[in-house]
Amino acid sequence: MKHKSLLLAAAASTALFSSTAIAQENLAEAPCEGCAEEMTLVSWGGAYQQSQLKAYVEPYVAATGVKVSFDESSAEATAKLRAMNEAGNVTWDVVDVVASDAIRLCDEGLAAELDPATDLAEAPDGTSAEDDFGNLRVNECFIPQIVYSTTIGYRTDMVGDNPPTEICDIFDTEAYPGKRALQKRPIDNLEWATYCNGTPKEEIYEVLSTDEGVQAAFDKLSTIKDDVVWWTAGAETPQLLADGEVVMGSTFNGRLFSAIVEQDQPIGMMWDMQSFDLDGWIIPAGLEESRMKRAKHFLKFATDTQRLADQAKYISYGPARKSSAPLVGKHEELGIDMAPHMPTDPANAGNVHNYDYTWWADNRDDLDAKFQAWLAQ
Amino acid sequence: MAALPPYASNTQIAWHYGFRVLCAMIFFFLIFPILVIIPLSFNAQNFFTFTPEMLRLSPEGYSLKHYEDFFTSSSWQSAMWNSLTIAPLATLLATVLGTLAAIGLSQSHVPYKSAIMAILISPMIVPLIISATGMYFFYSRIGNFLVNDVGLPLDAVNFAKIVLAHAALGTPFVIITVTATMVGFDRSLTRAAASMGANPVTTFFQVQMPLILPGVISGALFAFITSFDEVVVVLFLGTASQKTLPWQMFIGLREQISPTILAVATIMVALSIMLLTTLELLRRRSERLRGLSPS
Amino acid sequence: MSSSETLSVEEQLAAGQSDDGIVRAADGTPLKARLAKALRREKLRSFLMISPLLLFIVFSFLLPIGDMLFRSVENQIVQNTLPTVVEELERWDPASGELPDEETFAALAKDLKVAVEERIHTRLGSRLNYEESGFSGLFRTTGRAVKKMESGPYKAQFIEADKDWGELRTWVILDSFKAPYTSGYFLSAVDAENTAEGVQMKPENERIYLQLFMRTLWMSLAITFMCLLLGYPVAYLLAQLPARTSNLLMILVLLPFWTSLLVRTSAWKVLLQGQGVINDILVWIGIVDDASRLVLINNQLGTIIAMTHILLPFMILPLYSVMKTISPSYVRAAKSMGANDWTAFWKVYFPQSVPGIGAGAILVFILAIGYYITPALVGGTSGIFISNRIAFHISTSLNWGLAAALGAILLVLVLLLFYIYDKIVGIDNVKLG
Repeated sequence: MKHKSLLLAAAASTALFSSTAIAQENLAEAPCEGCAEEMTLVSWGGAYQQSQLKAYVEPYVAATGVKVSFDESSAEATAKLRAMNEAGNVTWDVVDVVASDAIRLCDEGLAAELDPATDLAEAPDGTSAEDDFGNLRVNECFIPQIVYSTTIGYRTDMVGDNPPTEICDIFDTEAYPGKRALQKRPIDNLEWATYCNGTPKEEIYEVLSTDEGVQAAFDKLSTIKDDVVWWTAGAETPQLLADGEVVMGSTFNGRLFSAIVEQDQPIGMMWDMQSFDLDGWIIPAGLEESRMKRAKHFLKFATDTQRLADQAKYISYGPARKSSAPLVGKHEELGIDMAPHMPTDPANAGNVHNYDYTWWADNRDDLDAKFQAWLAQ
Repeated sequence: MAALPPYASNTQIAWHYGFRVLCAMIFFFLIFPILVIIPLSFNAQNFFTFTPEMLRLSPEGYSLKHYEDFFTSSSWQSAMWNSLTIAPLATLLATVLGTLAAIGLSQSHVPYKSAIMAILISPMIVPLIISATGMYFFYSRIGNFLVNDVGLPLDAVNFAKIVLAHAALGTPFVIITVTATMVGFDRSLTRAAASMGANPVTTFFQVQMPLILPGVISGALFAFITSFDEVVVVLFLGTASQKTLPWQMFIGLREQISPTILAVATIMVALSIMLLTTLELLRRRSERLRGLSPS
Repeated sequence: MSSSETLSVEEQLAAGQSDDGIVRAADGTPLKARLAKALRREKLRSFLMISPLLLFIVFSFLLPIGDMLFRSVENQIVQNTLPTVVEELERWDPASGELPDEETFAALAKDLKVAVEERIHTRLGSRLNYEESGFSGLFRTTGRAVKKMESGPYKAQFIEADKDWGELRTWVILDSFKAPYTSGYFLSAVDAENTAEGVQMKPENERIYLQLFMRTLWMSLAITFMCLLLGYPVAYLLAQLPARTSNLLMILVLLPFWTSLLVRTSAWKVLLQGQGVINDILVWIGIVDDASRLVLINNQLGTIIAMTHILLPFMILPLYSVMKTISPSYVRAAKSMGANDWTAFWKVYFPQSVPGIGAGAILVFILAIGYYITPALVGGTSGIFISNRIAFHISTSLNWGLAAALGAILLVLVLLLFYIYDKIVGIDNVKLG
């Protein structure tokens, strides 16, 4: 009896699963009345854009016949969207930005507000999109796609038998002599410095809200200031590591994955206190109706459970839906399991730092000025 | 300088050769980075690094994959094509308008000369990023009008925007170089031509133009490079279908290192060596044909 | 115009006024009038030659840039978003030390409700956040709360929504930025701020811009000087050599031009870094110890080397085109009259090449002062320029007002230097107006 009910439940769940899976397949084919036949997607270029292309743009184009063009302008998206908005000439339909940019764009009224109940797909088990994305939806405008992290890579041949294991090793110039690469912005660096000053993880932002806390963080950073190479573009740290120019450095985990697994460089990865960040979509405010409909139609498809899981076949960034995590499979070309390379994998996520978007939205201008002044000293 | 006279003193000989060694070193400084780019463009890895295999000269350290990438990728090909159509048009516009204005300015008695000059070279002074945002608004407004109210095709308007913006950025170079050559220009030559009955147009093309030509050419070259190597303005003004080479390279440096940009650079260097050598050979041939001794 | 003039001259002639001592041209018109006419025609002609470009630049460049730079003082957002509050604040004295009265809070509720409807309240929040951290969050949370406020008294409700509304500081800031124009961006651009005690310098640990302006200026001058030092001998050599040799050598000058700026900068990284080509060669020769490799990049030296290389052709080409026009007979004449090589060069040749130096130096200096991509890649922290901050404020922080103020100051600095240059060197030497 017990046995039977279990089987039944399993059968029922598979049935449920496959029926919703079919429903999801049809999302792209669902009629889109009065939708524009062309759209421009804005993304970052490189391997990341390639993963989006393979995982959902190509399937969407195959199902709908829409003409999609890519614009690799995500790095300038905030400025360009503002200029477009003022000029009344918004030429973009869907824009890929990081969460902090999404907050700025939403605050400036440059991104459209979206309703998760109608604009996003439910999870296969019927969980609402709102719950499935959870608090990763940092505001009303933003649909997260991936969780990525800023983490530390190091040269395996330069650290001997004693590879760094915790974040505070970046401040230990005796055990790890040589240069380290850090991103030229206060975000992450101030938090790591505060943490290594002995502040518990939960109190980092509380401490950084005080002048003394900020000063202490800068003092900590000052201890390695002469040993730091500051980077701005994501490609820099892997290049510096490949050259042996730095012994360790922070960068996006996907860039390290590519250098280690795909390029076979003598680089190791340290996940301790990796800083979680999000990348996702926004739709510019003020699109005319047919384009707005097309953009929403595309996003509903591109951010469903299966599509987000598919993206992980091409790049080692974790899908932003809870329901996608179990569906993550193998690397499309190398055939290795992708789950252990995800920042969200339990083995990697033992000690993570959750970057507080709203706190930074308020304090970024001020701390950035202080950071620049500190750099210039 | 050209050749050392037989009566040169020891100091003069030392100077002569010392000076040439100095110049050789400066020339080396100029092309040193290019000498580095060429071997790196054959790197088998996706980094700008001389790998141990490359230093040992072993074949597996080298590959043509970055060249393959350039020739097979449609985005690189269209970027190349865009650059090669935008830059010459912008150069032509900048050179014609700039030369004309420089000659006009070099006449004596032009009222408000310094003010006009300051205005004309302003595109060079304003930081590019500010020009880019400012020009974006202007060109968008005009563009909207032309597309929605006049009914011109969108692609043509978008193309014209970049050409005009690049032309505006290129004109100061033409003005400065042409005015500099005009300083040494002997005005009695045009007067002589005029007194012998030449009309102003003939005077200009037969007398003035050949003399200021070096200035016009270097100005045009600067204008061309301004457009051909410009990334900030095109990032703002351009649309996705108008990616130019620098834009494509910028993408290739930012998110993921792509040595394809080194392959492109090497191809450009090879092309320009061929172009410049051909021009020089043609010049020598025409000299010979005209029976002139090489100057 | 000319026909009526000729007519009048003919009339004069007819009237027989030829014996009045006026010098006349061949056709009998007074020479003065003829000259004036010729001058007018010449002026007209040069005006016609200049005007196409002038119109093009004024409309396609100057007006848009002016519009952009105007943002450095423009501040209508406070008045447009909170019109009633701004009116109510006229009655309030920030020095009183007390919060504004209930009516002001009621006005705030009224204005914010409209603003939330139009979704512009957060825009004001991010504008004011440039002045004081926290305004972004304040307007975001208040925007959510104000929807639920149905009736007064509002003061307590606002303070409950966000305690910052109970802080005097919040209102002082709002009050001081209520005017449609502000000097705030320009003050920030020179590291100053408006406080209750008037304009003051910012605290030491927030000052950056003055230092950056100074650094940009002196490094641009250093780069210009280096370009002149390296460019003059090369241009001289090229101008002296026979055309067949010089044209071939000219290829070497032009080659870097055909290589993208981004590629050249990357190449300098490969050359200059610690494990880079130059250090490797020096270590291999044995000049430098492996443990103490030279630091050539991510500092001011890196910026100066890479930018000198990038801008050198901009010095060589104008110098060359001017030197090409210098006739060798002057130097020969000087030597024939007994001048030695150096005197002939220094007293005769060099002064004639000054226009080229002027044009080249101006090109290089102005280009250098506005560069930001190269310094960002090789300059580290000590070798970046003010344009890097302008670009940051345009594209990342979206603080366009501050970017415009910094840009305007940079523009004025360059124009000022032009003026000084004109006074010292004399712009007639370079013919820049």
